Amino acid sequence: MSGFWIVLTGALVASCCAILGCFLILRRMALIGDAISHAVLPGIAIAFLMSGTRDSIFMLLGAAAFGFIAVFLIEMFRSGGVQSDASIGVVFTALFAVGVVLISLNARNIDLDLDCVLFGEIAYVQWSTLEIGGADLGPKAVWLLGFTLVVILLVISLFYKQFKLTSFDPALAAALGIPVALFHYALMGLVSMASVSSFESVGAILVVGLLIIPPAAAYLLTDRLGPMLVISVAVGIVSSIAGYAAAVALDASIAGCMVCAAGVLFAAAFLLSPKHGLLALRRARSRAAA
Amino acid sequence: MWEMLNDPNLRWILMGSILLGFGNGIVGTFSYLRKESLLGDVLAHAALPGICIAFMLSGVKSVGLFLVGAAAAALAAAALTNLISRRSRIKPDAAMGIVLSVFFAIGIVLLTRIQHGSYGNQSGLDKFLFGQAASMTMGDVYVLGGTALGMSLICGLLFKEFKLVSFDPAFGRGLGFKVTALEYALLTLVTVVVVTGIQAVGVVLVAALLITPSVAARYWTDRLAAMTVLSGAFGAASGAAGAWISSGVNQLPTGPISVLAATGLFLLSVLFGPKRGILSKLLLRRQAKRDWISKQLAKAGAGAPATQAGTANPAGERGASL
Repeated sequence: MSGFWIVLTGALVASCCAILGCFLILRRMALIGDAISHAVLPGIAIAFLMSGTRDSIFMLLGAAAFGFIAVFLIEMFRSGGVQSDASIGVVFTALFAVGVVLISLNARNIDLDLDCVLFGEIAYVQWSTLEIGGADLGPKAVWLLGFTLVVILLVISLFYKQFKLTSFDPALAAALGIPVALFHYALMGLVSMASVSSFESVGAILVVGLLIIPPAAAYLLTDRLGPMLVISVAVGIVSSIAGYAAAVALDASIAGCMVCAAGVLFAAAFLLSPKHGLLALRRARSRAAA
Repeated sequence: MWEMLNDPNLRWILMGSILLGFGNGIVGTFSYLRKESLLGDVLAHAALPGICIAFMLSGVKSVGLFLVGAAAAALAAAALTNLISRRSRIKPDAAMGIVLSVFFAIGIVLLTRIQHGSYGNQSGLDKFLFGQAASMTMGDVYVLGGTALGMSLICGLLFKEFKLVSFDPAFGRGLGFKVTALEYALLTLVTVVVVTGIQAVGVVLVAALLITPSVAARYWTDRLAAMTVLSGAFGAASGAAGAWISSGVNQLPTGPISVLAATGLFLLSVLFGPKRGILSKLLLRRQAKRDWISKQLAKAGAGAPATQAGTANPAGERGASL
């Protein structure tokens, strides 16, 4: 049973991240996802210190707030003349450092340890269950991630056209009267939400693996956004199942194995993709030469 | 602060942190100008599996071996990032994200393998995640000092060449410089500073010592030589502040404090930097406004008789036409 809950949690994390990651990749903002997943740490720590519990709505709000602060600061320094890569680097390392300091200062009072923050403890999800009226409804993490996934699916499917257009051609979108900045911040808000609901199970740093790797693999396999989203989610789910199996076999970190499995799938797509793979490109080149 | 200098241990930590910050700051200048700031972050995360493999193969916790393993893994990561972004349609930023997270995940898997496995004295390996300056010894300080000295020497000797590849590599190629070799030399320097910094600051945050001081230094000068020295000085100051504050307060890790000190310097630079700083921009704007107003006033003053003449003229015309 525990294996089922772990794989389900992993699959939910992977689905949330895989959907949002597609848009990040298309907007060339892969590293903003990295920055947000680090920058939510102080939000998590502050919410945790104030509420004292691990599964509060405060944590979600606190983290989302810091995700926004990070995006806002990055934009501010960039418009102030700092190169965009340096601006990302300065902001997320500073916020992550604040989070680490807050957690280390209060290490005695709270049971939120740094290892968990870094690479998660998905193996423990089944111990903290949601009970309503005495009925055991399954792990809290599953409910939180399920809720996040529903929100992501709702927002993306309601505004699919807008998200698509702002990702591919922001200038056209702006000319058509779509509020580009609003959708930018909406996407960032969703990424923050996904980061914080996943952090307990896969950790702040490995979230970024699931945000970038499955969509990148899908990007090599298709040229259409719809199939890209589907393939990306499939890659994410397959990596969470394969990762769990590998982790059991190796007796190692489950979240780490999940990201490694995603990496293997990406490597396969990179080499073997029928259209954009390394071998296909090489064959096309030798055919052109002949 | 001063009683700290009487304790030989703390003296080594302080020295080590200063040297480390200095070396990182100098090299960071060039990665900033080449828009490769985040490459340091990728290399740092990617070093983790190298450290673990070095431990698994040797079974001993030798800092020298760890550095070799970390450097090998970091260079492999740099090569892979290049391969993915050059040989497919994946963009460089996504390639960096992929390599960073896969290498870090491999590192975490190996780390948990080591923790669960039968490797005897594995404790302390996870200190590489956030670093532990407190464990710095005299030998480490010599290594850090040697690295910082080497960095400054190489950057000094190859200053012109590095300047060229940072600002205009195509022009450099045209002049007959071996640009690719120079780019690899810079990559090696970044790898060396990042890897030596991991022990003190940890893989997650060491890149900040590379990025933040150089961004801060950019606010003060337009000259590369001055920027390099200033960036090194900012790095050294952040290292010193990190070592000093974390030695005074229990449970505070040195690495994050150094990063926050560097961020503080960055914010000061954003506020007070000449020309680019917020304050000087505000002053400039106010000055421009004042100039404009006084110019308008002068014009109005000079133009007053003219306008009178102007108003008188149409009246005269009207009078004439009537």
